[in-house]
Formats: sequence, C-alpha cells, structure tokens
Amino acid sequence: MAIELREPLVEAAPRTARAARSRGEVVVRVRGYGRAFAGRTVLAGVDVDLHQGELVALLGASGSGKSTLLRALSGQDAGADGHVSVPRERAVAFQDHRLLPWKRVWRNVLVGLPRGAQKRDALRALEEVGIAARADAWPGTLSGGEAQRVALARAFIREPRLLLLDEPFGALDALTRLRMHELLRQLCARHRPATLLVTHDVDEAVSLADRILVVRDGHISLDHRTTGDEREGAEALVLRTRLLEELGVYAPEALNNT
Amino acid sequence: MTALTGEALAGLGAQGDFELVVGHGQAPLYEGENPGSSATPSRRGSAIRTRALQSRWTLLGGPLLLLLAWQLAVTVGHAPATQLPAPSAVIKALRELIANGQLGTALVISARRVVLGVLLGVVAGSLLALASGLTTLGERLIDPVVHMFRTMPVLALLPILVVWFGTGEEAKVVLIGWAVTFPIYINLFAGIKGVDPKLLEAGRVLGLGRLGQIRQVILPGAMPQFLTGLRMALGVSWLVLVAAEEINASSGLGYLISNASSLEQTDVIFAVLLVYSLLGVLSDLIVRTVERWALAWRSSYVNR
Repeated sequence: MAIELREPLVEAAPRTARAARSRGEVVVRVRGYGRAFAGRTVLAGVDVDLHQGELVALLGASGSGKSTLLRALSGQDAGADGHVSVPRERAVAFQDHRLLPWKRVWRNVLVGLPRGAQKRDALRALEEVGIAARADAWPGTLSGGEAQRVALARAFIREPRLLLLDEPFGALDALTRLRMHELLRQLCARHRPATLLVTHDVDEAVSLADRILVVRDGHISLDHRTTGDEREGAEALVLRTRLLEELGVYAPEALNNT
Repeated sequence: MTALTGEALAGLGAQGDFELVVGHGQAPLYEGENPGSSATPSRRGSAIRTRALQSRWTLLGGPLLLLLAWQLAVTVGHAPATQLPAPSAVIKALRELIANGQLGTALVISARRVVLGVLLGVVAGSLLALASGLTTLGERLIDPVVHMFRTMPVLALLPILVVWFGTGEEAKVVLIGWAVTFPIYINLFAGIKGVDPKLLEAGRVLGLGRLGQIRQVILPGAMPQFLTGLRMALGVSWLVLVAAEEINASSGLGYLISNASSLEQTDVIFAVLLVYSLLGVLSDLIVRTVERWALAWRSSYVNR
C-alpha cells in the first residue's frame, strides 16, 4: 500500500461560496483500499475522501473493518492494497486513553512533540478541554472521562489536519459521553480538522456527525451527509432507523415477525 | 532473617524460575498509599488502616514469640550454651565484636565485595537484557546462552574463578556479579517484552522515534520488573558472598562465622547471623525506597 505523506490535495472543482462553507479541501484521499487478514478479506475497493472541517462518523458492526480503515489512515498498517494519501499532521485518540502511566498529565500531552514544547503549551491545551487543574496528576488517578479529555488535549495540541478517533467514548458512562460529545463538537468547530470518528453507536453518529459512512460486507455501503434537522427529533429517528437497517440490525425475518 | 534467606533462596535455588517469583512481596508495598482513591475514600482508608495495624501486630508478634521460645529453651530447657546461647549472650558477643573492631572491619570488607559485585552484575545483566530485549538478533544470540548458564549452580564456579583470579577480591566480586546478572537479566528482559503494545502503538502515532519509544515507553514500562529483579539480586548477592567467604577467605563476615565455628564460639555465630539478617532488611529497605521514588506513578493504580 502506498501511504503518501504530503500537503493535502486541493479540490479541482471551483469553490463556490456554499461549497467552501460546507466542504473544505480534501485532506484524505483513499482509492481502491483493501485489506485481508490471513486470506480473509475484510475490506476491498474502498474509495473515500475526507474534507477539512468535516466530522465523519464511520459506522459498522464488530469486525466490519472500520478500525482497520482507521489504522490504515493513521499509518499503522503496512500490509494493505490500494492508495491512501493522508497529511503528515494527524492525531489519534483511542477507546482506552493510552496515556503513559509514568508521565504526569501535562507531560503526556507533550509526548512526541518537538523539544521546544513547553509546559505552558500543555496547560493551554488542557485548559481547552477543561482539565488544566489535573495537569500535575498521574494518569492513574484520573476518571475515564478525565483521561479521555487529556487524550483529546494530546490530540488537538498537535493541530492535526486529520483527527482519527477510535471509539473514544465507548467506555464512558452515558452522561459523561454526552459531555464529551459537546466538547468534541466545540473542539472540531474551532480547529477544523478532518475528523474520522469510528463508532458502533448509531445515536452518537446521528447527533455528532456531518457525514455518516457505513461499512458493510467489506465496502462503504452508505455515505450520507447529515442535514441539521436530522440531528434530533423525528428526522433523527428516521435516519437512525435507516442506519440500523443498513447495519443489518433489522433482518427481513425480524421485520416479518413484528 | 526469614526475609533474607527466603528471598535469597528463591533467587538462587532458583536456578529454576525467576519468572515465577516475579512480583514477590510487592503487594503490601503499595497498600494504603492511594491518595487518589476514587470510591468512598474514608471507608476505604479506615479498612486499609485496620488491615495494616493487624499485619503490623502479626509482624511484631512473630519475632517476639520466637525470642520468648529461645529464652525459654535456654533457661527452662537447659540447652547447652555451645549449641544454643541465650539471647543475652548473643547480644554480649555482638557488643564485643563491635568493641574490638572485628565486626566493623569484616562488615566493610564484605559490603565492598557485595557493592562491587552487584554493580558488576547489574551492569552486565542490564546490558545483556537491553541488547536481547530490544533487538531480534540480540535475543537470538543472547537469550539461549543466558538460560544455558543460568542452570549452572553458581557456587560450582568458585574453583575455576580461583584458578583464574586467585584467592583475592576479584574472584568473589566476579562470583557475586555472575549470580546477580541472572535475576537482573531475566526480569528486565521480561519487563521489556511485557510492555503494553497498545502504548507502543500510541507512542508511534504520537511521533516517537525508536529512541523516544525506548526512553519514554519501554524503559519506564520495564522499570517495575527491573526493580523486582534488583531486589532478588541483592538477596542472591548476600547468599553468594557468605558462601564464598566461608569456603575461601581470610576476611569478611563469612570468615568471621567459619572462624567462630572452628572455635565453637556459638554466640559469635549467632551474632553474625543477626548482622546478616539486619543487612538483608537494610538492602530490602534500599530497594523499597528506590521503588517508592521510581514507581511513584504506580501507587495511584491500586484501585484500578
């Protein structure tokens, strides 16, 4: 697989005012991406573009290959086919926060940054996610929500053009998750990275995303651009049902029985 | 005493599985040190305090009972002083050894051997474990050889070391270094191999290079097990020292004991044994202090 690290492509199409508002430049371009593990094909022929500033939810059942695609975009997978071009400035947040337990919170935020990065930079990033007060704590003393905030600070301090989120809220309780959704929305609006949020939570995808991709049977079976009205209320329910159908939750037999 | 010999035997007798002893004696270390306790801190705290108090009583009670039984055996059971001197006689012998300078001299000589030997073994064991744990070629070249040598009884090497280095200090230092190398190697190697691959992946996507990974992820991750190895190494070092000094030396604590043995000075033997146990406790204390400092981040993990 060719992973190309370079400045992002600029859309060839002329930018009308509306297009510029709704879709930024192309940050990620995936063409003919495929991945097989031990002869079993997980993904094949995946084509997708991600644009600056859009928050894209990637939905799929367990084992559907959504995390595989995310790993490819993070540059951690060398054994795939196809062409993937991603910007060098990218950041990843995982389901488990993966903070280094032997570094205090603020040092964790700075891990991997160039030498010039200072504590005050870390504090500013922590301030932004509302957890500057725990800057000197050991990660082991943080709650799940606090740890994910730190993980987000660690991602956003890198000013990523591409932000990859691998079920980052999957292990949080419902209330904390809602707070984190709001925080993520704010951060994305301010920093405008292209964001790929891998999740199996349909409601999370509906309420958060500008665009929803569904992975099924090894390819992207649905690419839906969410309108503002679809985020809540009746239209959200309609979208939710459609997504669940697409994910195969409502099998034909199940529908016949109701 | 029990702590020392128990641990030393675990390490030396060993020759079998250092891995199995890993983590030995660590649980109580972190108990009651959980400032970040999330769930009902006060109730948790008091429960822990009660437990700590109970265990402290048992800790004190054991030696006291032993001392009592000892004294009874001498005064009521009329044990002959040549076999079992009274505790008071042992204290007296100890004072004499201190007063005439014999103990101080022996202690300095023995401590020097141990310190040099441990340094040698820690450096050798660490270098081997780093080469073996961090590179595939190193692992293939080093690991099988180390395991081959590990099965050799340490003390059996003494004769050949005497041939090579003579009866001076070098043979003893090298013997201790040899014995120390293995617990250090095996624990550090296992620690390096045991670092959470998820943290390595995180380090990679955060932009850490190979060197950064080693410095910031692998070595800190392996530190707890390295310190377990260090503690076992210290135990082994005293054991080997004593054996080496009793077999072949004209100075040091081991010599003091074997000399007392040939003169049937049982009280002196007991006095030196007491010194050994104190040294064991002391070296354990040193490692614990290092652990408390180097693993401060871990005390917060108790509740996880």
